[in-house]
Amino acid sequence: MRREAPQKLTDYGPLVFPAGMLITFFVVPFATMIAVSFFKRNPSGFYTPDFVFENYERFLSLFFGKVLGFSLFLAVTVAICCVVLAVPFTYLLSRAKRRTQVLWLVALLSILSLSEVIIGFAWSTLFSRTAGITNLLVMIGILDQPVALNPSFGAVLTAMTYQALPYTVLVLYPALVRLDPTLTEAARTLGASPIKSFFTVVVPALRNTIVATLIMVFIFALGCYLLPQILGRPQHWTLSVLITDQAIYQSNMPFAAAMAVFLVLVTLGLVGLTVYAGRKGEAA
Amino acid sequence: MTVFLQRVYFGLIGLFLALPIIVVAGVSVNEKQDLAFPPKGFSLGWYGEIFANVEWRNALFASVTLAALSAAVALLIALPLAWFLWRRHAPWANIFQLLGIAPFTLPPVITALGLLTFWAATGFYGQPATAVISHAIFFVTLPLVTLSLGFSSIDRSLVEAAATMGADDRTVFRTVVLPLILPYLVSGYAFAFVLSLNEYIVAYMTIGFTMETLPIKIFNALRYGYTPTMASVTILFVAIAATIFGLVARFGDLPKLLGAMSSKD
Repeated sequence: MRREAPQKLTDYGPLVFPAGMLITFFVVPFATMIAVSFFKRNPSGFYTPDFVFENYERFLSLFFGKVLGFSLFLAVTVAICCVVLAVPFTYLLSRAKRRTQVLWLVALLSILSLSEVIIGFAWSTLFSRTAGITNLLVMIGILDQPVALNPSFGAVLTAMTYQALPYTVLVLYPALVRLDPTLTEAARTLGASPIKSFFTVVVPALRNTIVATLIMVFIFALGCYLLPQILGRPQHWTLSVLITDQAIYQSNMPFAAAMAVFLVLVTLGLVGLTVYAGRKGEAA
Repeated sequence: MTVFLQRVYFGLIGLFLALPIIVVAGVSVNEKQDLAFPPKGFSLGWYGEIFANVEWRNALFASVTLAALSAAVALLIALPLAWFLWRRHAPWANIFQLLGIAPFTLPPVITALGLLTFWAATGFYGQPATAVISHAIFFVTLPLVTLSLGFSSIDRSLVEAAATMGADDRTVFRTVVLPLILPYLVSGYAFAFVLSLNEYIVAYMTIGFTMETLPIKIFNALRYGYTPTMASVTILFVAIAATIFGLVARFGDLPKLLGAMSSKD
């Protein structure tokens, strides 16, 4: 059946419900949020309609600069950790038996779907004094007594890497499965060791994919809203945590909305960059 | 040697991924109200507590209801949209596909905050139905992606044959298209269901002050008093996710769903 342009008005029928839902419950809320970001805060209620820039002016403070800087730094670090761990892993996985692949994919999906609350709880238990990993080290005799490993930057970084690693593998997976196996075979025939052929053939062939993945994991990590709160100290809070905090606990909706608009702009810029990297990859 | 290194690397990644779950599983079988690992004593009582304690039971019920309903609404949005985009040549309609993918691609806080301002402004804030709609919008991406994949794998000549023999659009959809995309429909529902079950921030910003879903309940317990029930619920969630994705893999083609085009044996 050829795809035809809609001719009668009824041909648009299937579009009515999806379009209506997406406009009413995504486009309109989004616009509401942008509008609220220009409203004035009303300490007794939510906000009063207005058109002021004071919520955006607060970005120019040192505190906000620090939060933004830390959020970007944390997301970049998580993205790099994940990609470094995931590229060799996904490469090996894509060459494994189908059954092995399916088993890993089920495990990765299960972990990826876990709530941030649950991941935060699990790692806070793992890093705690009473039930933590240090108890095992005491048992082996490396440590004298168990210690608490959180709150700390390391705890936040570990848990966020844990959360983003399955995502990274699943983003890389399609590209690596489609990678022509004859490339590495050729390198192997010419005498390169498996590790050498991985770094000299696979990694360069995937350069654009890796860049796109880094950006996607970066965006994913930027969206992390609970782990810094559960496992870190206040100085480890990110923009997402701060937005949640302002919206819910400080009831400062206009400021939260302004920060969210800012976060959208950062994200959209990065998505644009990903698309650009992807286009370049296809052209190459 | 290389095979050995490969096994070690798989093992280390596996250990990293499994470690928190092992510890939580250990904590969940403590005999007393104790978050110790290795566990002190052995008891499955904390699993019973999920159903025996009225607060946890209500949270479980709320979560499952929310997930079941919102995944269904997500499917109702995604199916006609994917069908239209496949059946018709209307480039401008792609904007709706973009709108369907956006909520899931943006940082979740943004979608959550947008919906919070919207529900507060319209006066529905706090009602259970708002969470269902919010989750449906947030997760519509998943069935939309699986269904687009499903439609693109349909051989158009099959549909053409049906049309030549006199079937109208409705009949073609019911007798040819629907059976072919059923696996994608089911997996889209499964993905949306599991993710909705685990979702915290959108649920919290829509109904957080009036109801508790399980993730909200766990978060509140994190702040106001730990109990091993949190651990048993966590293990329950891991088990549910693994079972559902296992079923998807059993009855569908998981590598293909996740983007590996050719399914090799």
